[in-house]
Amino acid sequence: MSGAPVRRGGPPLPSTLRELSRPGRRASGFATLDVPEAGVPGDLAREGRPGLPEVAERDIVRHFTRLSQMNYGVDTGFYPLGSCTMKYNPKVAEATAALPGFARLHPHQPEDTVQGALELLWTLERSLCEVTGMHRATLQPPAGAAGELTGLLIMRGYHTKNGNPRSKIVIPDSAHGTNPASVTMAGYVPVHAPSDARGLVDLGQLEKLLDEEVAGLMLTNPNTLGLFEEEIEGIAEAVHRVGGLLYFDGANLNAILGRVRPGDMGYDIVHMNVHKTFATPHGGGGPGAGPVAVVERLEPFLPAPVVAHDEATGRFRWDRDRPDAIGRVHGFHGNFGILVRAFAYVLAHGHDGLREVGERAVLNANYLATLVRDAYPLAFPGRPMHEFVSTARPLKAHGVRAMDVAKRMIDLGFHPSTVYFPLIVEEAMMVEPTETESKETLDAFAEALLRVAREAAQDPELLHDAPTTTPVRRLDEARAARDLRVRW
Amino acid sequence: MEFPGDLRYTKEHEWVRVEGTRARVGITDFAQDALGDVVYVDVPEMGASVQAGSTFAEVESTKSVSDVYAPVSGTVVERNESLGDAPERVNEDPYGEGWIVVVEMGDPSQVDSLMDAATYEAFMRSQAGG
Repeated sequence: MSGAPVRRGGPPLPSTLRELSRPGRRASGFATLDVPEAGVPGDLAREGRPGLPEVAERDIVRHFTRLSQMNYGVDTGFYPLGSCTMKYNPKVAEATAALPGFARLHPHQPEDTVQGALELLWTLERSLCEVTGMHRATLQPPAGAAGELTGLLIMRGYHTKNGNPRSKIVIPDSAHGTNPASVTMAGYVPVHAPSDARGLVDLGQLEKLLDEEVAGLMLTNPNTLGLFEEEIEGIAEAVHRVGGLLYFDGANLNAILGRVRPGDMGYDIVHMNVHKTFATPHGGGGPGAGPVAVVERLEPFLPAPVVAHDEATGRFRWDRDRPDAIGRVHGFHGNFGILVRAFAYVLAHGHDGLREVGERAVLNANYLATLVRDAYPLAFPGRPMHEFVSTARPLKAHGVRAMDVAKRMIDLGFHPSTVYFPLIVEEAMMVEPTETESKETLDAFAEALLRVAREAAQDPELLHDAPTTTPVRRLDEARAARDLRVRW
Repeated sequence: MEFPGDLRYTKEHEWVRVEGTRARVGITDFAQDALGDVVYVDVPEMGASVQAGSTFAEVESTKSVSDVYAPVSGTVVERNESLGDAPERVNEDPYGEGWIVVVEMGDPSQVDSLMDAATYEAFMRSQAGG
């Protein structure tokens, strides 16, 4: 991040550590060497110095603190990115994960000394299976997309065991981009199923795509348009009729928590994004966790090891003797610290609390959609669940596009919604307020969106110029991508 | 928005200009406008064989990455090398400098099944209403 940094009390700060660098300046000093020097062998030593920035500790702290202040996150404000579920992360989960008994564990410790950690993993697995209506789960996958790949490899393991791995996976045209990517990585060919005028899977069209080469169907429910797939039972039956498996992309599980379970809808495999459903931090792309739960007939294919519980002795141990397992999908046992946070969230809410999480997420999205739908019509007629997709198409008459609306919202102090996704909606604006926001925040956001719609009619240039109040103005995204320069 | 009368069009918004037994292929004005600023075009290699209806190239914009489907089957005999440095040509001149490949057609009669300009415009209007 560059631009024109502002600082109170002192000369303007340069944007990069490189510009702060002064020859000989150091962040730390070493005592005089009083032991024989052990040099790096000649063939391994650098020919010259590496050319690192030379700065004081004070420079580093101010530089990165300033960058962090320019950042925006759920701890600083409303973050209604549709599809991403940027909800507030309760600090009790952070405190729990920081307890020394969790934080200082070593993955190579003997089982006898980590019974509590194993019990936590076991109990979390049971909780996730209860939430999803599944039989067993793996906690290894380090992210949602890794969970997708894991689920698809389980699918491949199952079909291979039955004599034919099959070649195709069907995905709706509204799906997340990770779905076809995971399918390809798992060695399958993605086949797109069209959405109908309601924004739902067209069952008639789907049936034409199904045959004995289809390994399964990946389907988010509610789907990527925030709409509940009403014909899910018919879809499940059609997929099972050709021997395929039904995969639940858990990206939107937060909408149905405690109301309906994927297992009861006919799904066979479920991945969960714990950062969405159970409010673990999104992080900077990690570490994350994407547990995968399966029905009983798929249990043998789960990655090994899994936690086993001996009810007679009450002891927990690693079960590694699983000949049909697809193999490991991550080092050790997944990102344990994130799983502790997810477990803390589950325990803090309990069954009724989790149900309320889902209900409030749906209520908030519908409340907000109702406030703004006159200016930004819903892309599909059905009632949205935890997020809604509007279109900025009416503003095109004024030469204003969804991207201009998004940039203007920054000027008004809000993080914009997702724009231009899902791809099948023109000038899409996808809003997901989440359950953690207050009515006051939702009202203020709606008011800002409506103000921008009025501005689009009265003064479109204002929107084209936005943002005007940020350290950097409108970024030239096309040039940034065409003329890539990476510096530090 | 412009749709030249000498071209044929697909429902996936590609155009074809017939040059003897060869077909020059690109994406339409509508497609480039919907995609927004194009930042990268993945152009197939010389000699690559393409199948009508199958994806053969990718266009990446600031919004998304989209597949380009081959309107006709055949072999790639020319590729637009200039898109490597100047992908914006797809936006600026979709029917001219923004072409993607030239294909030597296996079966030139495949062109007959593509839409003419008037049919394509009518198709797009029906889509916009949806």
